[in-house]
Amino acid sequence: MRSPVHRVSLGDAWSSRVHPDIDSERRTQSFDVERLTNLLDGGVENTMLRRKVESIIRNDPAFSLRGHYSMTQNELYEAAVRRRFHLEMVARRLGWPKDGRERDYAYRAVSGNLNLTLQDVFLNALRSLGSDEQIAKWDQLCQDYQIITSYAQTELGHGTYLKGLETEAIYDPATQEFVIHSPTITATKWWPGDIGRSATHVLVLAQLICSGAQRGMHAFIVPIRSLEDHTPLPGITVGDIGPKMEMENIDNGFLRLDRVRIPRENMLNRFAQVSPDGTYKRLGTEQSNYFGMVVTRVKILAHGALHDLQKACVISVRYSAVRRQSRLRPSDPEVKILDFQAQQQKLFPQLALSYAFHFLATSLLELLDRSYGSILSGDFRCLPELHALSTGVKAMITDLCAQGAEVCRRACGGHGYSKLSGLPTLVNRATAACTYEGENTVLYLQMARFLVKNYLKARLSPGATSQQPLPLSVAYLTAPDLARCPAQTATDFLCPELYTAAWAHVATRLIKNAAHDAQTLTQSGADQQEALNQTALLQLQAAKAHCYYITVKTFKEAVERLDNEPANQEVLWRLCHLSALHGILTNSGDFLHDGFLSGAQVDMARTAYLDLLPQIRKDAVLLTDAFDFTDQCLNSALGCYDGNVYERLFQWAQESPTNTQKNPAYEKYIRPLVQRRTARL
Amino acid sequence: MNPDLRKERASATFNPELITHILDGSPENTRRRREIENLILNDPDFQHEDYNFLTRSQRYEVAVKKSATMVKKMRDFGISDPDEIMWFKKLQLVNFVEPVGLHYSMFIPTLLNQGTTAQQEKWLHPSNELQIIGTYAQTEMGHGTHLRGLETTATYDPKTQEFIINSPTVTSIKWWPGGLGKTSNHAIVLAQLITQGKNYGLHAFIVPIREFGTHKPLPGITVGDIGPKFGYEEMDNGFLKMDNYRIPRENMLMKYAQVKPDGTYVKPLNNKLTYGTMVFVRSYLVGEAARSLSKACTIAIRYSAVRRQSEIKPGEPEPQILDFQTQQYKLFPLLATAYAFHFVGKYMKETYYRVNEDINRGDLSELPELHALTAGVKAFTTWIVNAGIEECRMACGGHGYSHSSGIPNIYVTFTPACTFEGENTVMMLQMARFLMKSYDQVHSGKLVCGMVSYLNDLPSQRIQPQQVAVWQTMVDINSLDSLTEAYKRRAARLVEIAAKNLQAEQSRRKSKEVAWNLASVDLVRASEAHCYFVVVKLFLEKVSKIQDKAVQAVLRNLCFLYTLYGISQKAGDFLEGNIMTGAQMMQVNQRILELLAVIRPNAVALVDAFDFKDLTLGSVLGRYDGNVYENLFEWAKKSPLNKTEVHESFHKHLKPLQSKL
Repeated sequence: MRSPVHRVSLGDAWSSRVHPDIDSERRTQSFDVERLTNLLDGGVENTMLRRKVESIIRNDPAFSLRGHYSMTQNELYEAAVRRRFHLEMVARRLGWPKDGRERDYAYRAVSGNLNLTLQDVFLNALRSLGSDEQIAKWDQLCQDYQIITSYAQTELGHGTYLKGLETEAIYDPATQEFVIHSPTITATKWWPGDIGRSATHVLVLAQLICSGAQRGMHAFIVPIRSLEDHTPLPGITVGDIGPKMEMENIDNGFLRLDRVRIPRENMLNRFAQVSPDGTYKRLGTEQSNYFGMVVTRVKILAHGALHDLQKACVISVRYSAVRRQSRLRPSDPEVKILDFQAQQQKLFPQLALSYAFHFLATSLLELLDRSYGSILSGDFRCLPELHALSTGVKAMITDLCAQGAEVCRRACGGHGYSKLSGLPTLVNRATAACTYEGENTVLYLQMARFLVKNYLKARLSPGATSQQPLPLSVAYLTAPDLARCPAQTATDFLCPELYTAAWAHVATRLIKNAAHDAQTLTQSGADQQEALNQTALLQLQAAKAHCYYITVKTFKEAVERLDNEPANQEVLWRLCHLSALHGILTNSGDFLHDGFLSGAQVDMARTAYLDLLPQIRKDAVLLTDAFDFTDQCLNSALGCYDGNVYERLFQWAQESPTNTQKNPAYEKYIRPLVQRRTARL
Repeated sequence: MNPDLRKERASATFNPELITHILDGSPENTRRRREIENLILNDPDFQHEDYNFLTRSQRYEVAVKKSATMVKKMRDFGISDPDEIMWFKKLQLVNFVEPVGLHYSMFIPTLLNQGTTAQQEKWLHPSNELQIIGTYAQTEMGHGTHLRGLETTATYDPKTQEFIINSPTVTSIKWWPGGLGKTSNHAIVLAQLITQGKNYGLHAFIVPIREFGTHKPLPGITVGDIGPKFGYEEMDNGFLKMDNYRIPRENMLMKYAQVKPDGTYVKPLNNKLTYGTMVFVRSYLVGEAARSLSKACTIAIRYSAVRRQSEIKPGEPEPQILDFQTQQYKLFPLLATAYAFHFVGKYMKETYYRVNEDINRGDLSELPELHALTAGVKAFTTWIVNAGIEECRMACGGHGYSHSSGIPNIYVTFTPACTFEGENTVMMLQMARFLMKSYDQVHSGKLVCGMVSYLNDLPSQRIQPQQVAVWQTMVDINSLDSLTEAYKRRAARLVEIAAKNLQAEQSRRKSKEVAWNLASVDLVRASEAHCYFVVVKLFLEKVSKIQDKAVQAVLRNLCFLYTLYGISQKAGDFLEGNIMTGAQMMQVNQRILELLAVIRPNAVALVDAFDFKDLTLGSVLGRYDGNVYENLFEWAKKSPLNKTEVHESFHKHLKPLQSKL
């Protein structure tokens, strides 16, 4: 097999020589990087397939991302559509299976710079909410791009709170049609991707009104553009919502519907049906129409913001191994900034979390796979837990990935501000994930409700829980709890059982607090909604602690499974320890609060944490190599595998249009200023 | 006006105008500032397109055009006072970013501070007239805050009496200076001075880089723009490579150090004097931090009063999102922080001027503390504001992500403050160095004065650091004085822990620097705790001086919120140090919730008091009149993607995709 440098490099003038400062980082390998990559990919055959796709993308100039950071919104959009078109041609030529992993790998290889990605959201919703006939009718059309699809939920005035959506779908039994309408300006659909310039068919979420009654939110397939000439259909006002922080490749759009009529068959009807005469029949629960969202939320966890954080780690760790600044001893050469404790303390928790979240996202995907079939067939027992996890875990991962990517960006000093570092784009993408697919605060609160409910169930009827056990993720609420942490030395804090129990303790205490305070308020006369608002902060805290507990626990269990790979297990244990201790130290108040940890124990935890940093330091570059991102998808002058940072930064800067094009301001403004004296003379 | 906002304004318990006066310094300042702002608002020459729809090249062009117009207008309007120039620029430049900015903020001041009288006579006039457009080139591609590592050399050649300026490596290329890429024709270049075979360290040189008349780079000069960035799109941050480029001896700024025609080097009398500009810029940045956070708070709070979402009580209309406890908890502590930092910024500026006068009289005694304080407080405030702006943006939900909200621009314009004028971690460690020095001084029996005087009371001479029994008086969470005292104890404790850990590391290792590195996480924590104490103390002092009862009551609540919120965020430190108990922490959290409800009716008035014009906010969500949705729709229609009904990509790529089956 070819060496990594050839496999992942950009193949430019500097790729042939690896910078000695980064070369030295890779010379002694305490663990098997390739095996770790396989683990992250979910098997060696996945790694091989991914690399095959990456090499196709890399060798095809049509997918190049060169000049990307200097493009205008229009250019980015067009390039993204062009890449999508080209990708489909490649896929058809090579016969990639429709539901295979090739397209996901291609998406990764071009760093998501494609358009028409909302098709997946449409398909998730269609397959979760549509009847078998509807799936048969639309699925293939959509996959073959006979129609271009998107998913329109949020409105100008309404986001995560779905019940507030204003778009209406009124059933007209006379013609057996739904009349889809945007009654106010705030009802304008706003933000859906691919709508602004591309989509022909949109899955519109609207309030169903039939037989004179409101039936809540349902999904309707609405054609919006002509399949002939792509112009908006009558009654449709559609366009792009304008410049954003990032994701300019996607034409997020607005959509106004003026009494647009669609056939009755266009309402997705697996869980709810309207018969020709307008009779409404609910087949699922009230929650079942949200199932499509749950599926999408879980599916984006594994790439999305997590990839952004992982890439930010790759770039900032590699750059920190090459960047030298100031001296530790006056006689020595300048030090790699990766050797500074302050730098390690910024980057390594991010690195640890980017592994932790990988295992968390994977476990959630597995849970979804296990329960998908039963939910579709109408068994909703596991939906509440799946829904709760999809909300809380999404909120935690995206929050911490966005913050972490920004930490990495700032750890690169001034150059992190240059788009050529790739970091601003990663930060801006990760941060978008904190609001799309559900605003994080709202999501945390949804998880909190699930926690409080289960807590009360366990406490109020302890007998009943033995017959009907709590869902697995909250089973610890009934487990015996330690009142004091038994740690006596710093080394004790490197025990996974110990810190997992510590997190379980804090989560239990906070959930208990939230539940009790809400109860006290209702008992003293407040209605339930008011009580929930009054205790929202407690719930938020409880949900966050629970999610962190789940993160640590999942990481721990994943590492335990690696018994047959001791070297890789050891390196991952350090990251697992670090992520747990990082969380404890940044929230030490919660652990000290009831005396679970003493001040002396927090000091021990801090010592254990600081001692881990130099150990992780040795493996840091290799741990980021293991993610196996190609230089092309990193698209960073600072983060290339070969470490030739400065030469590439200089070259890329010189290629900027500001240097290759004429100075637009000189003749008009600078020259008259500078030459005033000459003119006057 | 949006009815929700009208209601908010009517229900305020105080007159926001009074706070505006306090923030401006006096009613007279407010009046004059508004007068200047109106000159701009009413001047057709300053009308401009929304930056968000322009390409980078167009933005640069508009910015240069504005600068050119501005020079003329300020003369016409008779604006010359530095504060007034600031007011003028702040309104007129939306992001306060201008390609000729460094000409005024660095090039001319450096000329004034470090140039001899003869040099000033030669260069100052053409610079004031803008025939010379200058910039200040310090950082290099491979070197930033650690100045001694800069590689550019200036080697003196006595034969021709010239300096040979050279960029010997790729890493030595000057990188980042604003206005360098395309605009400036001169640069003050910092380089290692080498004469008579010896390196004398960094000195400043005036280097012509572009030819008069053609504006082409001079032979030996490679200069250009460093490419796209996170923000600052209007600015041509540049690179500069000098290839054995010769300049006359007189181009070295020689007010302090000198090189004689024969190459003899004459040392400056005192190096500390050059700290002045740095201290000034850093103290100025604290005020800018407050301003940026105030803008973000204004937008987020107004929008939260207009936005209605979800339900608190079933059946009732959707509530304003500002009524949600979680939203208040996000925004009100930031509002309090904006006010706190505003007062800290004022204090830093005043202290700078006071100490500067001392320096001019030859008294340098207060300089070390001021230097450390500005470094630390700059880092402390910019970090918090950086995170705070982002928090405000996210509090606006999805729409915060659109450039129509204006907050992305505020963020990307502000965030470099964490890196420039001294990378924040390095700044925190500079402050820590001062704290450690003060600690040692107390330890060796000498008293220290200024903000660190609490170290005098350390019970540390006792053998066990845990024995803080001397301080074991109960914190009263209803007394700001008592809470300030709690912050003081936390700072004292963390300074002491850092000092002890540093000593322990030093006793184990040979190199002081290695020990310093291994204690640096603790050192940064100590600096942070000290800064927190300083901010709390200054905020309280300022609030206590306010005359108007209603205003004082409102600001006292903000001061309480700031102080208590900080304690709850850093609960671990207060619990671990036995400064407060778990039970008290419950009270703190309860009190915070009460304060949120108390501040709620005044929230909109409190941001109105910042008195930002809509033009300065650059935000559809933060409009004074609150007519958000209609204007958002209008704004979006201007997007370049909406120029045609069917985008050309359809014909090029989508149609073939649909048909080639």
